[in-house]
Amino acid sequence: MAYNLKNEANKPERLVGGHRLCAGCGAAIAVRGVLRALDPEDKAVVVNATSCLEVSTFLYPYTAYTDSYIHSAFENAGATAGGVETAYRVLKKRGKIDENYKFIAFGGDGGTYDIGIQSLSGALERGHDMVYVCYDNEAYMNTGIQRSSSTPRFADATTTPVGSVIPGKFQNKKDLTAIVAAHDIPYAAQTTFIGNFKDLHEKSRKAIYTEGPAFLNILSPCPRGWRYETEDLADICKLAVETCVWPLYEIEEGVWKLNYSPKKKLPVEEFLIRQGRFSHMFEPGNEWMIEETQNYVDSKWEKLLARCG
Amino acid sequence: MSIKERLSGNEAVAIAMKQINPDVMGAFPITPSTEIPQYFSGYVANGEVDTEFVAVESEHSAMSTCFAAQAAGARAVTATSSAGMAFMWEMLYVTASARLPVTMALVNRALTGPININNDHSDSMGARDSGWIQLYSESNQEAYDNFIMAMPIGENKAVRLPVMVCQDGFITSHAVENIELLEDNEVRHFVGEYDPDHYLLKKENPLAVGPYDISAYYMDHKILQAEAMKNAKSVILSVAKDFQKLTGRSYGFFEEYMMEDAETAIVVIGSSAGTAKEAIKELRSSGKRVGLIKIRVFRPFPMDELAGALSHVKAIAVMDKCEGFSACGGPLFAETRSALYDLDVRPKSINYVYGLGGRDIRVEDFEFIFGELESIVKTGLTGKIYRHLGQREEEVLK
Repeated sequence: MAYNLKNEANKPERLVGGHRLCAGCGAAIAVRGVLRALDPEDKAVVVNATSCLEVSTFLYPYTAYTDSYIHSAFENAGATAGGVETAYRVLKKRGKIDENYKFIAFGGDGGTYDIGIQSLSGALERGHDMVYVCYDNEAYMNTGIQRSSSTPRFADATTTPVGSVIPGKFQNKKDLTAIVAAHDIPYAAQTTFIGNFKDLHEKSRKAIYTEGPAFLNILSPCPRGWRYETEDLADICKLAVETCVWPLYEIEEGVWKLNYSPKKKLPVEEFLIRQGRFSHMFEPGNEWMIEETQNYVDSKWEKLLARCG
Repeated sequence: MSIKERLSGNEAVAIAMKQINPDVMGAFPITPSTEIPQYFSGYVANGEVDTEFVAVESEHSAMSTCFAAQAAGARAVTATSSAGMAFMWEMLYVTASARLPVTMALVNRALTGPININNDHSDSMGARDSGWIQLYSESNQEAYDNFIMAMPIGENKAVRLPVMVCQDGFITSHAVENIELLEDNEVRHFVGEYDPDHYLLKKENPLAVGPYDISAYYMDHKILQAEAMKNAKSVILSVAKDFQKLTGRSYGFFEEYMMEDAETAIVVIGSSAGTAKEAIKELRSSGKRVGLIKIRVFRPFPMDELAGALSHVKAIAVMDKCEGFSACGGPLFAETRSALYDLDVRPKSINYVYGLGGRDIRVEDFEFIFGELESIVKTGLTGKIYRHLGQREEEVLK
């Protein structure tokens, strides 16, 4: 059946209202979007790394999830999802349960690119039938906007503050999706919130209903960390894609496929200028920062095009 | 019918696991516990169990796997030592606080700094406040027996706490001893099925585990956990009673060896008790009234019972195979001395930290300690309370 946003939006929510995430936050949009791709009759266990999402959606005694949910620590969402999935397999094998369950883990970029990468890598290598979703907001937002290995170069974060001699973060963003793809798992993809959410929905369905480990990297802007007006969320996502800062692609059984190529690739300034974390790049004398950022984005884009054939 | 065998402590525990046939094992190699998952994955490979064995990439993931599997409704086990358990530290607390009765075979080994693969108790003693029940074993037989009793204790609805079954690295884990095993069906009947009330995969009622717990609730949850540890005391004794009916082997919170008329006594944990018993036999033959208490259950700590057992003694030496760096003695000493405080008449007490990183302790060392206790009784002077035993250049270190 063809994708229809209205039909999808009419499904019962699996992350319900009343959670404590900020207005204009990408995390809840990512979770709702992914969980909507579950067939309503399928049960799920949601796994969470410690994060904004965790402290805002399961604050004792209220859970915002209609499905079972498990969280314990920052760095172990991969192993936790693997543990639940293993229990499912053995209890099914031993005839103790008969329903179908899906296992979906959510971690922020801190919990995925940094402290949780070992646990994630181990779980992917062992081949658990699970989906790991990174909602990537490019810094440790829960503790107050500290830089992570996902924070892009020049961004102003609280542990890479822009000062009189230091221009924000020195290093480029880690390419996590490529690292995950190097595990040769059945499915990995990058997406964000674009248009009618078709890209997010289709990738989520593939991730959930492909046997074995699957990974989604979802660019999920944070209004406090990125410093944009909450109503600009959709524009910022669109600009990330149109400037090729965040290309939409997927890797299915090792085959790289670009899902969207802008008709006219926009200059990176259009993405950067909408966010306070990059405002220093537009000061006189800092033109080189924009130039270097453009060169970096161009070179990554060319490499991606080559990979996607 | 018991089966007579000759086994190492590691193989004995692996066989206990095989007989139990748990749902999930998550484990990572570390000396000296490595053999346990090694033997066990052999049972998996040959279809002797249908457990899902998860060969994780670290001990942190081993405990995360066990925590998650147990929360999902499965029975999970692991085995580790030393730095491996230190790497699980965060998850030890998580598992206990989520009231998930995971079972761990801990083969005690010194903590790194510097690295050392031999036995002491610094790993489990460091985890004494993590909320795990701790059972210690003197011999291979006790390691096997304790492992079989662990699940009926931890999974009891009034308890629901994880259990670590400790044995001494290399000393029992690798030494082969005579042992009596139960039949598989006896073990399965004794241990029973894991039957949690709430779990993630319960279709009728989804469950959320691991909340953000604010000040308005956290303390109450901790008190419930503390109550569970109190409840564990009577459960430990009732499981021991059932085990005695099955095997004839009797267990309590601690073993009292020649304590009835003892004037001086040693309090010790683990395999060193065997060496101490030899010393006691010899000293008894020359008329000395000496005895031993071997602690089996350190968590929950049997405070009143221990005080009762020591109340008639004039002087005791508490043996810590762990340096606590408190500058005033090891953890077993601190708790044992605290237990004595409420007695109207207290024995004098000294502490020996010994055996660190596998340093040997001999029969003559125990004889020396009883000599020290005898002179304390005679002179009425305790002297130095916090002492070390068996170190090089003893005079310099004093």
